[in-house]
Amino acid sequence: MGAQLRVYKRRIKSVTATKKITKAMEMIAASRIVKAQRKVAASTPYATELTRAVTAVATGSNTNHPLTTETDNPTRAAVLLITSDRGLAGGYSSNAIKAADQLADRLRGEGKEVDTYIVGRKGVAYYGFRERKVAESWTGFTDSPSYADAKRVSAPLIEAVTTETAQGGVDELHIVFTEFVSMMTQTPVANRMLPLSLDEAAAESGTKGEILPLFDFEPSAEDVLDALLPRYVESRVYNALLQAAASEHAARRRAMKSATDNAGDLINSLSRLANAARQAEITQEISEIVGGASALADATAGSDK
Amino acid sequence: MAAELHVELVAADRSVWSGEATLVIARTTSGDIGVMPGHQPLLGVLESGPVTIRTSEGGTVVAAVHGGFISFADNKLSLLAEIAELADEIDPQRAERALERAKAESDAAAERRAEVRLRAVAVR
Repeated sequence: MGAQLRVYKRRIKSVTATKKITKAMEMIAASRIVKAQRKVAASTPYATELTRAVTAVATGSNTNHPLTTETDNPTRAAVLLITSDRGLAGGYSSNAIKAADQLADRLRGEGKEVDTYIVGRKGVAYYGFRERKVAESWTGFTDSPSYADAKRVSAPLIEAVTTETAQGGVDELHIVFTEFVSMMTQTPVANRMLPLSLDEAAAESGTKGEILPLFDFEPSAEDVLDALLPRYVESRVYNALLQAAASEHAARRRAMKSATDNAGDLINSLSRLANAARQAEITQEISEIVGGASALADATAGSDK
Repeated sequence: MAAELHVELVAADRSVWSGEATLVIARTTSGDIGVMPGHQPLLGVLESGPVTIRTSEGGTVVAAVHGGFISFADNKLSLLAEIAELADEIDPQRAERALERAKAESDAAAERRAEVRLRAVAVR
Protein backbone atom coordinates (compact mmCIF):
# COMPACT_ATOMS: atom_id res chain seq x y z
CA MET A 1 0.00 0.00 0.00
CA GLY A 2 1.34 3.44 -0.94
CA ALA A 3 2.16 6.05 1.67
CA GLN A 4 -0.59 8.41 0.53
CA LEU A 5 -3.27 5.74 0.62
CA ARG A 6 -2.17 4.67 4.10
CA VAL A 7 -2.51 8.26 5.37
CA TYR A 8 -6.06 8.49 3.97
CA LYS A 9 -7.06 5.14 5.45
CA ARG A 10 -5.79 6.20 8.87
CA ARG A 11 -7.73 9.49 8.75
CA ILE A 12 -10.92 7.74 7.69
CA LYS A 13 -10.57 5.39 10.64
CA SER A 14 -10.10 8.22 13.14
CA VAL A 15 -13.00 10.27 11.72
CA THR A 16 -15.25 7.19 11.87
CA ALA A 17 -14.41 6.76 15.55
CA THR A 18 -15.20 10.44 16.21
CA LYS A 19 -18.46 10.11 14.32
CA LYS A 20 -19.50 7.20 16.51
CA ILE A 21 -18.85 9.24 19.64
CA THR A 22 -20.70 12.34 18.44
CA LYS A 23 -23.62 10.18 17.28
CA ALA A 24 -23.83 8.61 20.74
CA MET A 25 -23.71 12.02 22.43
CA GLU A 26 -26.43 13.27 20.11
CA MET A 27 -28.73 10.43 21.07
CA ILE A 28 -28.03 10.81 24.78
CA ALA A 29 -28.77 14.54 24.59
CA ALA A 30 -31.98 13.87 22.64
CA SER A 31 -33.28 11.51 25.31
CA ARG A 32 -32.34 13.97 28.07
CA ILE A 33 -34.22 16.86 26.44
CA VAL A 34 -37.45 14.92 26.84
CA LYS A 35 -36.67 14.22 30.49
CA ALA A 36 -35.79 17.87 31.14
CA GLN A 37 -38.95 19.05 29.40
CA ARG A 38 -41.01 16.73 31.54
CA LYS A 39 -39.43 18.25 34.65
CA VAL A 40 -40.24 21.75 33.42
CA ALA A 41 -43.84 20.70 32.88
CA ALA A 42 -44.02 19.09 36.33
CA SER A 43 -42.80 22.25 38.03
CA THR A 44 -45.21 24.53 36.17
CA PRO A 45 -48.33 24.10 38.40
CA TYR A 46 -46.39 25.14 41.49
CA ALA A 47 -44.83 28.15 39.75
CA THR A 48 -48.17 29.28 38.31
CA GLU A 49 -50.02 28.97 41.62
CA LEU A 50 -47.24 30.74 43.46
CA THR A 51 -47.13 33.62 40.98
CA ARG A 52 -50.91 33.92 41.26
CA ALA A 53 -50.66 34.08 45.03
CA VAL A 54 -47.89 36.69 44.94
CA THR A 55 -49.85 38.81 42.50
CA ALA A 56 -52.94 38.47 44.67
CA VAL A 57 -51.16 39.63 47.82
CA ALA A 58 -49.27 42.42 46.12
CA THR A 59 -52.35 43.86 44.42
CA GLY A 60 -54.89 43.00 47.09
CA SER A 61 -53.13 44.65 49.96
CA ASN A 62 -51.60 48.05 50.48
CA THR A 63 -48.45 46.68 51.99
CA ASN A 64 -45.20 48.35 51.06
CA HIS A 65 -42.92 45.40 51.07
CA PRO A 66 -39.29 46.12 50.12
CA LEU A 67 -39.43 43.29 47.60
CA THR A 68 -42.32 44.68 45.60
CA THR A 69 -41.60 48.40 45.68
CA GLU A 70 -38.90 49.96 43.55
CA THR A 71 -36.27 52.03 45.27
CA ASP A 72 -36.06 55.60 43.98
CA ASN A 73 -32.37 55.37 43.42
CA PRO A 74 -31.09 51.84 42.91
CA THR A 75 -27.32 51.62 43.25
CA ARG A 76 -26.55 47.91 43.30
CA ALA A 77 -27.89 44.99 41.31
CA ALA A 78 -27.27 41.27 41.50
CA VAL A 79 -27.09 39.23 38.30
CA LEU A 80 -27.51 35.47 38.36
CA LEU A 81 -26.02 33.86 35.25
CA ILE A 82 -26.85 30.28 34.38
CA THR A 83 -24.40 28.42 32.13
CA SER A 84 -23.49 24.77 31.68
CA ASP A 85 -20.92 22.59 33.41
CA ARG A 86 -19.74 20.89 30.25
CA GLY A 87 -18.85 22.10 26.79
CA LEU A 88 -19.61 20.54 23.39
CA ALA A 89 -22.92 22.37 23.28
CA GLY A 90 -22.21 24.85 20.51
CA GLY A 91 -22.67 28.47 21.51
CA TYR A 92 -24.93 27.65 24.46
CA SER A 93 -22.76 28.97 27.31
CA SER A 94 -21.11 31.80 25.38
CA ASN A 95 -24.49 33.14 24.28
CA ALA A 96 -25.72 33.25 27.88
CA ILE A 97 -22.48 34.89 28.99
CA LYS A 98 -22.80 37.48 26.20
CA ALA A 99 -26.35 38.29 27.32
CA ALA A 100 -25.12 38.71 30.90
CA ASP A 101 -22.32 41.01 29.72
CA GLN A 102 -24.79 43.18 27.85
CA LEU A 103 -27.06 43.36 30.87
CA ALA A 104 -24.13 44.24 33.16
CA ASP A 105 -23.02 46.99 30.75
CA ARG A 106 -26.51 48.40 30.67
CA LEU A 107 -26.80 48.32 34.48
CA ARG A 108 -23.41 49.99 34.84
CA GLY A 109 -24.51 52.63 32.34
CA GLU A 110 -27.44 53.34 34.66
CA GLY A 111 -24.95 53.89 37.45
CA LYS A 112 -25.43 50.63 39.32
CA GLU A 113 -22.81 48.34 40.71
CA VAL A 114 -23.16 44.76 39.56
CA ASP A 115 -22.65 41.67 41.69
CA THR A 116 -22.37 38.51 39.63
CA TYR A 117 -23.55 35.09 40.76
CA ILE A 118 -22.77 32.18 38.47
CA VAL A 119 -24.13 28.67 37.98
CA GLY A 120 -22.08 26.30 35.83
CA ARG A 121 -18.41 25.59 35.32
CA LYS A 122 -18.24 27.34 31.92
CA GLY A 123 -19.33 30.69 33.30
CA VAL A 124 -16.99 30.36 36.27
CA ALA A 125 -14.08 29.58 33.93
CA TYR A 126 -14.92 32.58 31.71
CA TYR A 127 -15.01 34.99 34.64
CA GLY A 128 -12.00 33.38 36.30
CA PHE A 129 -9.88 33.71 33.15
CA ARG A 130 -10.71 37.41 32.86
CA GLU A 131 -10.16 37.85 36.60
CA ARG A 132 -13.58 39.39 37.11
CA LYS A 133 -15.15 39.39 40.53
CA VAL A 134 -17.76 36.74 41.21
CA ALA A 135 -19.90 37.06 44.32
CA GLU A 136 -20.71 33.35 44.49
CA SER A 137 -20.79 30.38 42.18
CA TRP A 138 -22.23 26.87 42.04
CA THR A 139 -21.27 23.96 39.83
CA GLY A 140 -22.10 20.31 39.33
CA PHE A 141 -25.87 20.16 38.81
CA THR A 142 -26.66 21.90 35.52
CA ASP A 143 -27.49 18.58 33.82
CA SER A 144 -30.49 17.84 36.00
CA PRO A 145 -31.08 20.44 38.72
CA SER A 146 -33.22 19.56 41.73
CA TYR A 147 -35.33 21.87 43.87
CA ALA A 148 -32.71 21.63 46.63
CA ASP A 149 -30.15 23.06 44.18
CA ALA A 150 -32.47 25.95 43.42
CA LYS A 151 -32.85 26.58 47.16
CA ARG A 152 -29.09 26.58 47.58
CA VAL A 153 -28.66 29.10 44.77
CA SER A 154 -31.51 31.34 45.97
CA ALA A 155 -30.42 31.57 49.61
CA PRO A 156 -27.59 34.13 49.17
CA LEU A 157 -29.64 36.02 46.57
CA ILE A 158 -32.59 36.42 48.94
CA GLU A 159 -30.20 37.44 51.69
CA ALA A 160 -28.58 40.06 49.44
CA VAL A 161 -31.97 41.49 48.49
CA THR A 162 -33.22 41.69 52.06
CA THR A 163 -30.03 43.36 53.30
CA GLU A 164 -29.85 47.15 53.26
CA THR A 165 -27.90 48.45 50.27
CA ALA A 166 -25.51 50.38 52.48
CA GLN A 167 -24.54 47.13 54.19
CA GLY A 168 -23.71 45.30 50.99
CA GLY A 169 -27.20 44.36 49.91
CA VAL A 170 -28.67 44.87 46.46
CA ASP A 171 -31.70 46.75 45.15
CA GLU A 172 -32.41 44.64 42.12
CA LEU A 173 -32.15 41.02 41.17
CA HIS A 174 -31.70 39.95 37.56
CA ILE A 175 -31.48 36.48 36.12
CA VAL A 176 -29.86 35.48 32.82
CA PHE A 177 -30.64 32.04 31.44
CA THR A 178 -31.39 30.29 28.18
CA GLU A 179 -35.09 29.96 27.54
CA PHE A 180 -36.26 26.74 25.94
CA VAL A 181 -38.50 27.92 23.10
CA SER A 182 -38.52 24.74 21.05
CA MET A 183 -36.25 21.86 20.08
CA MET A 184 -34.59 24.10 17.50
CA THR A 185 -34.69 27.48 19.21
CA GLN A 186 -33.25 28.44 22.56
CA THR A 187 -32.77 32.10 23.32
CA PRO A 188 -30.77 33.65 26.13
CA VAL A 189 -32.98 36.00 28.12
CA ALA A 190 -32.30 38.55 30.86
CA ASN A 191 -35.19 39.09 33.27
CA ARG A 192 -35.59 41.26 36.30
CA MET A 193 -36.86 39.08 39.10
CA LEU A 194 -37.05 41.64 41.90
CA PRO A 195 -38.46 44.13 42.59
CA LEU A 196 -41.47 42.36 41.26
CA SER A 197 -43.20 43.88 38.29
CA LEU A 198 -46.80 42.81 38.67
CA ASP A 199 -47.76 43.09 35.01
CA GLU A 200 -45.04 40.67 33.99
CA ALA A 201 -45.82 38.29 36.80
CA ALA A 202 -49.47 38.27 35.81
CA ALA A 203 -48.63 37.75 32.15
CA GLU A 204 -46.44 34.81 33.04
CA SER A 205 -49.01 32.96 35.06
CA GLY A 206 -51.59 33.65 32.37
CA THR A 207 -53.81 35.55 34.74
CA LYS A 208 -53.53 38.93 33.08
CA GLY A 209 -56.79 40.81 33.15
CA GLU A 210 -58.28 38.39 35.62
CA ILE A 211 -59.82 40.12 38.60
CA LEU A 212 -58.46 38.58 41.74
CA PRO A 213 -60.78 38.14 44.70
CA LEU A 214 -60.26 39.97 47.95
CA PHE A 215 -58.30 37.53 50.01
CA ASP A 216 -58.45 37.02 53.70
CA PHE A 217 -54.84 36.78 54.82
CA GLU A 218 -53.73 34.37 57.47
CA PRO A 219 -52.01 35.58 59.67
CA SER A 220 -51.52 38.96 57.89
CA ALA A 221 -50.73 40.29 54.45
CA GLU A 222 -47.18 41.28 55.44
CA ASP A 223 -46.43 37.89 56.94
CA VAL A 224 -47.82 36.09 53.92
CA LEU A 225 -45.76 38.23 51.58
CA ASP A 226 -42.69 37.72 53.75
CA ALA A 227 -43.13 33.97 53.46
CA LEU A 228 -44.14 34.02 49.80
CA LEU A 229 -41.35 36.02 48.23
CA PRO A 230 -38.42 33.75 49.09
CA ARG A 231 -40.48 30.82 47.75
CA TYR A 232 -41.24 32.87 44.66
CA VAL A 233 -37.55 33.54 44.05
CA GLU A 234 -36.74 29.87 44.59
CA SER A 235 -39.41 28.73 42.21
CA ARG A 236 -38.31 31.21 39.55
CA VAL A 237 -34.68 30.12 39.94
CA TYR A 238 -35.78 26.47 39.79
CA ASN A 239 -37.77 27.10 36.62
CA ALA A 240 -34.80 28.94 35.07
CA LEU A 241 -32.44 26.09 35.99
CA LEU A 242 -34.77 23.52 34.45
CA GLN A 243 -35.25 25.51 31.26
CA ALA A 244 -31.51 26.08 31.05
CA ALA A 245 -30.93 22.33 31.43
CA ALA A 246 -33.40 21.56 28.64
CA SER A 247 -31.77 24.21 26.46
CA GLU A 248 -28.33 22.85 27.20
CA HIS A 249 -29.32 19.37 26.06
CA ALA A 250 -31.03 20.75 22.97
CA ALA A 251 -27.98 22.85 22.10
CA ARG A 252 -25.72 19.86 22.63
CA ARG A 253 -27.91 17.65 20.48
CA ARG A 254 -27.79 20.19 17.67
CA ALA A 255 -24.02 20.67 17.98
CA MET A 256 -23.45 16.91 18.00
CA LYS A 257 -25.80 16.41 15.05
CA SER A 258 -23.85 18.86 12.91
CA ALA A 259 -20.59 17.27 14.12
CA THR A 260 -21.90 13.87 13.04
CA ASP A 261 -23.00 15.25 9.67
CA ASN A 262 -19.63 16.92 9.16
CA ALA A 263 -17.83 13.70 10.07
CA GLY A 264 -19.97 11.88 7.47
CA ASP A 265 -19.08 14.43 4.79
CA LEU A 266 -15.42 14.20 5.74
CA ILE A 267 -15.49 10.41 5.49
CA ASN A 268 -17.10 10.69 2.05
CA SER A 269 -14.53 13.09 0.65
CA LEU A 270 -11.68 11.19 2.28
CA SER A 271 -12.78 7.90 0.79
CA ARG A 272 -13.01 9.58 -2.64
CA LEU A 273 -9.43 10.79 -2.20
CA ALA A 274 -8.38 7.36 -0.99
CA ASN A 275 -9.97 5.76 -4.06
CA ALA A 276 -8.24 8.25 -6.34
CA ALA A 277 -4.95 7.54 -4.59
CA ARG A 278 -5.47 3.80 -5.03
CA GLN A 279 -6.29 4.26 -8.70
CA ALA A 280 -3.23 6.45 -9.17
CA GLU A 281 -1.14 3.82 -7.48
CA ILE A 282 -2.47 1.07 -9.75
CA THR A 283 -1.99 3.25 -12.84
CA GLN A 284 1.54 3.94 -11.79
CA GLU A 285 2.22 0.26 -11.21
CA ILE A 286 0.83 -0.62 -14.65
CA SER A 287 2.84 2.06 -16.38
CA GLU A 288 5.92 0.92 -14.47
CA ILE A 289 5.35 -2.67 -15.59
CA VAL A 290 4.64 -1.64 -19.18
CA GLY A 291 7.63 0.67 -19.17
CA GLY A 292 9.85 -2.04 -17.67
CA ALA A 293 8.60 -4.63 -20.18
CA SER A 294 9.17 -2.36 -23.18
CA ALA A 295 12.60 -1.39 -21.86
CA LEU A 296 13.39 -5.09 -21.51
CA ALA A 297 12.01 -5.73 -24.99
CA ASP A 298 14.10 -2.91 -26.39
CA ALA A 299 17.20 -4.24 -24.63
CA THR A 300 16.73 -7.84 -25.88
CA ALA A 301 15.90 -6.53 -29.35
CA GLY A 302 19.18 -4.66 -29.29
CA SER A 303 21.26 -7.67 -28.15
CA ASP A 304 19.75 -9.85 -30.88
CA LYS A 305 21.35 -7.85 -33.58
CA MET B 1 -75.10 16.07 46.30
CA ALA B 2 -73.08 17.96 48.81
CA ALA B 3 -71.21 21.05 47.69
CA GLU B 4 -67.67 20.40 46.56
CA LEU B 5 -64.45 22.25 46.18
CA HIS B 6 -61.61 21.47 43.85
CA VAL B 7 -58.29 20.74 45.53
CA GLU B 8 -54.83 20.91 43.99
CA LEU B 9 -51.98 19.72 46.18
CA VAL B 10 -48.76 20.62 44.40
CA ALA B 11 -45.14 20.23 45.43
CA ALA B 12 -42.31 22.21 43.86
CA ASP B 13 -41.46 19.48 41.38
CA ARG B 14 -44.73 17.63 40.83
CA SER B 15 -48.47 17.66 41.30
CA VAL B 16 -49.19 15.39 44.27
CA TRP B 17 -52.98 15.11 44.38
CA SER B 18 -55.94 16.77 42.78
CA GLY B 19 -59.65 16.12 42.98
CA GLU B 20 -62.95 17.11 44.53
CA ALA B 21 -63.35 17.39 48.27
CA THR B 22 -65.90 18.49 50.84
CA LEU B 23 -63.52 19.53 53.60
CA VAL B 24 -59.82 20.33 53.87
CA ILE B 25 -58.07 20.73 57.20
CA ALA B 26 -54.60 22.27 57.28
CA ARG B 27 -52.38 23.84 59.89
CA THR B 28 -51.53 27.50 59.36
CA THR B 29 -49.13 29.52 61.46
CA SER B 30 -52.05 30.78 63.53
CA GLY B 31 -53.74 27.44 64.07
CA ASP B 32 -55.66 24.69 62.33
CA ILE B 33 -58.07 25.81 59.66
CA GLY B 34 -60.89 23.89 58.02
CA VAL B 35 -62.01 24.97 54.58
CA MET B 36 -65.39 23.96 53.21
CA PRO B 37 -67.03 24.88 49.90
CA GLY B 38 -67.98 28.54 49.71
CA HIS B 39 -65.32 29.69 52.16
CA GLN B 40 -64.26 33.28 51.73
CA PRO B 41 -61.09 33.82 49.65
CA LEU B 42 -58.14 32.92 51.83
CA LEU B 43 -54.39 33.00 51.59
CA GLY B 44 -52.41 31.59 54.46
CA VAL B 45 -48.98 30.37 55.45
CA LEU B 46 -48.83 26.68 56.35
CA GLU B 47 -46.91 25.08 59.14
CA SER B 48 -45.30 21.72 58.67
CA GLY B 49 -47.95 19.19 59.47
CA PRO B 50 -50.45 16.72 58.14
CA VAL B 51 -53.18 17.98 55.81
CA THR B 52 -56.47 16.10 55.79
CA ILE B 53 -58.63 16.13 52.70
CA ARG B 54 -62.13 14.62 52.92
CA THR B 55 -62.95 13.62 49.38
CA SER B 56 -66.44 13.80 47.95
CA GLU B 57 -66.52 9.98 47.66
CA GLY B 58 -66.31 9.86 51.45
CA GLY B 59 -62.69 8.82 51.59
CA THR B 60 -59.91 10.63 53.38
CA VAL B 61 -56.57 11.64 51.93
CA VAL B 62 -53.80 12.55 54.33
CA ALA B 63 -50.60 14.22 53.21
CA ALA B 64 -47.50 15.37 55.01
CA VAL B 65 -46.80 18.95 54.00
CA HIS B 66 -43.55 20.68 54.87
CA GLY B 67 -44.16 24.42 54.87
CA GLY B 68 -45.95 26.22 52.10
CA PHE B 69 -49.19 28.04 51.43
CA ILE B 70 -52.89 27.52 51.26
CA SER B 71 -54.93 29.61 48.90
CA PHE B 72 -58.65 29.41 48.29
CA ALA B 73 -60.73 31.34 45.76
CA ASP B 74 -63.70 30.56 43.50
CA ASN B 75 -64.19 27.18 45.14
CA LYS B 76 -60.67 26.18 44.12
CA LEU B 77 -58.20 25.36 46.83
CA SER B 78 -54.46 25.16 46.19
CA LEU B 79 -52.02 23.77 48.66
CA LEU B 80 -48.48 24.73 47.69
CA ALA B 81 -45.58 23.08 49.40
CA GLU B 82 -41.91 22.66 48.72
CA ILE B 83 -42.22 19.05 49.78
CA ALA B 84 -45.51 17.18 50.04
CA GLU B 85 -46.12 13.46 50.30
CA LEU B 86 -49.28 11.45 50.57
CA ALA B 87 -49.47 9.30 53.68
CA ASP B 88 -49.68 6.22 51.42
CA GLU B 89 -46.32 7.10 49.93
CA ILE B 90 -44.59 7.35 53.28
CA ASP B 91 -42.67 4.39 54.57
CA PRO B 92 -43.13 4.52 58.37
CA GLN B 93 -40.04 2.44 59.07
CA ARG B 94 -37.93 4.71 56.96
CA ALA B 95 -39.37 7.81 58.63
CA GLU B 96 -38.68 6.22 62.03
CA ARG B 97 -35.09 5.58 61.05
CA ALA B 98 -34.76 9.13 59.68
CA LEU B 99 -36.13 10.48 62.96
CA GLU B 100 -33.59 8.58 65.01
CA ARG B 101 -30.77 9.63 62.74
CA ALA B 102 -31.90 13.26 62.86
CA LYS B 103 -32.05 13.11 66.67
CA ALA B 104 -28.57 11.61 66.82
CA GLU B 105 -27.21 14.33 64.56
CA SER B 106 -29.39 16.97 66.23
CA ASP B 107 -30.61 18.10 62.82
CA ALA B 108 -33.74 20.01 63.80
CA ALA B 109 -35.13 20.42 60.28
CA ALA B 110 -34.77 16.72 59.43
CA GLU B 111 -36.24 15.77 62.80
CA ARG B 112 -39.33 17.91 62.16
CA ARG B 113 -39.74 16.46 58.67
CA ALA B 114 -39.61 12.92 60.02
CA GLU B 115 -42.07 13.76 62.79
CA VAL B 116 -44.56 15.27 60.36
CA ARG B 117 -44.32 12.16 58.19
CA LEU B 118 -44.99 9.90 61.16
CA ARG B 119 -47.92 12.03 62.29
CA ALA B 120 -49.42 11.87 58.81
CA VAL B 121 -49.12 8.10 58.84
CA ALA B 122 -50.68 7.94 62.31
CA VAL B 123 -53.69 10.01 61.21
CA ARG B 124 -54.28 7.68 58.30
